Amino acid sequence: MISAEHLVKTYNLGGSIIRALDDVSFEIKDGTMTAITGASGSGKSTLMNVLGCLDQPDSGTYTLGGEDVSKLGKDRLAEIRNRRIGFIFQTFNLLPRMSALENVELPLLYAGRSEAQAAAEAALRTVGLGDRMYHEPNQLSGGQRQRVSIARAIVSNPDIVLADEPTGNLDSKTGVEIMALLKALHEQKRTIIIVTHDPDIAQHCSNELHMRDGQIVERRGT
Amino acid sequence: MLFWNIIKVALKSLLANKLRSFLAMLGIIIGVGAVIAMLALGAGAQKQVLDRMTAMGTNLLIVRPGNRGTGGVMSGTQQNLTLEDAQAAASSLAGIGSVAPVVGGNAQVKYMSKNNRVSITGTAPTYFAIRSFSVERGRPFTDSEAERLARVAVIGPTTAETLFDTDEPLGQAIKLNGVNFTVIGVTKAKGDQGYANPDDQVLIPYSTAMKQVFGVDYLREFDIQASDGADITQLQKDTTALLRKRHRLQTDAADDFNIRNQAEMLETASAMASTFNLLLGGIASISLLVGGIGIMNIMLVTVTERTREIGVRKAIGAKDRDILGQFLIEAILMSGIGGIIGVGAGIGAARIVPLIPGFTTFMTIVTPSSVVISISFAAAVGIFFGFYPAYRAAILNPIDALRYE
Repeated sequence: MISAEHLVKTYNLGGSIIRALDDVSFEIKDGTMTAITGASGSGKSTLMNVLGCLDQPDSGTYTLGGEDVSKLGKDRLAEIRNRRIGFIFQTFNLLPRMSALENVELPLLYAGRSEAQAAAEAALRTVGLGDRMYHEPNQLSGGQRQRVSIARAIVSNPDIVLADEPTGNLDSKTGVEIMALLKALHEQKRTIIIVTHDPDIAQHCSNELHMRDGQIVERRGT
Repeated sequence: MLFWNIIKVALKSLLANKLRSFLAMLGIIIGVGAVIAMLALGAGAQKQVLDRMTAMGTNLLIVRPGNRGTGGVMSGTQQNLTLEDAQAAASSLAGIGSVAPVVGGNAQVKYMSKNNRVSITGTAPTYFAIRSFSVERGRPFTDSEAERLARVAVIGPTTAETLFDTDEPLGQAIKLNGVNFTVIGVTKAKGDQGYANPDDQVLIPYSTAMKQVFGVDYLREFDIQASDGADITQLQKDTTALLRKRHRLQTDAADDFNIRNQAEMLETASAMASTFNLLLGGIASISLLVGGIGIMNIMLVTVTERTREIGVRKAIGAKDRDILGQFLIEAILMSGIGGIIGVGAGIGAARIVPLIPGFTTFMTIVTPSSVVISISFAAAVGIFFGFYPAYRAAILNPIDALRYE
């Protein structure tokens, strides 16, 4: 379970103060699929950074699986990202010159876990890439790359999978396939949060938080 | 596991930019190569000098007259060392093996129409043994020849070549300052020693040199060789006491002669050679330092280029120290590989230098310590110059790094 209470995050842009998160509170239950929507500049990217433990709020509390993570140090945050959060990026962000398998193994290597290879192979099979494990990213199509990145996001069995415009760089047909994959993961009781500006994507999700000017102005399902 | 993964990634990224990696490593290659080659040259020169000095024996005392003048005004040497001083030492001191009086100077040497200026050493037959001259052809002069002022000469091989070219020198008559001498021997080549070439001189009996060639009654020096097992330090003290007595010096007066101990000279030469070696190595290691700057430069570029990768690694759980370690390993790998290639280049250079015409007298010795020193220095350079770029990478903010285009 994720709970956010009174999150505030401000930026100073050339003298003017921007309230990117302005007293945001919400709860996301385990096993749900939630969309965070909003136009650019609405604060959804900032919210995603905070939820992904890449950034910390100025005030307010963010509880992830019962632990308040809004006041933790850098190393501890890195561990939270490593074990409890899986990232899926719009631009895939796979590491070049490393095979799909090595890319997926990487979070486990940073965690110091043994049998990384077996777990990575299982994750790749889950996303349907059992036959592409030794290909490097530049030998894979966009859809396949995004599948590798999904495998990397789920390999360490995180509490939440955080996807930032997962279909943004894909053609519509591939986008549908990726959404189907994310839904399948959701059906396996994973908590999935998708940040998107696309209402069609949000339609796939049971819950939705719509943001404008740093505030949640519309809630569906939660 | 992560470590091997990092090594693999580092090697792949080095290979992906072959020319760039090679150019960055070139500084280290040249640096390490220069250190090894320079130290090899230095060690070779040191060995050559020490070998020659050891060949002269470490049980040698050289007695020379003191400097003339007082109160800081020195003008040449005094003329107070006599043949009798040498003879007194030979006959009265314990532990003496042999003594050779030496008079000398430059003189005009003439054979047929050839004229040359050459260094003359007037001495006793014992000199050959004391200074390890061996006579290659003919024979050295004898004590009886020395006593009866025989006009016989033993010449160095260089002198022989200059005067006689390919003619047979033995039995020929030469003129030294207008006095006729017969050549009875040619010494074996010893090699130039820098300050005086032992192969370009004429050795004649001291008596003939004093009375007939130079007209002097004092010695340039006399050499004492201690007998086997004798205490050379004690002998030096005894000789000093004897000469002070003979020269009637008051107890508070300074010595009017000085005695050089070959063992001490060996130590001095050895210390000088070490300093020289250190200097050579020091100069060469500056290029290693410059090589390090090259590594740092390329690492800064690499970190900038891979900012996004750093962001991704951090997003999936890499800590600052993981990133620091990764880029540090890359820098060390680069300087390490450069170092290994540099060792090869240095050893190659050390082998080749003595083969180059004009450098054939050079001797090079690649010591294992120089290899170890330069490799560790290269690794240290990698750590030192790799740290700043790696640190910059480590402290990158993951959000900014992910967004970097």
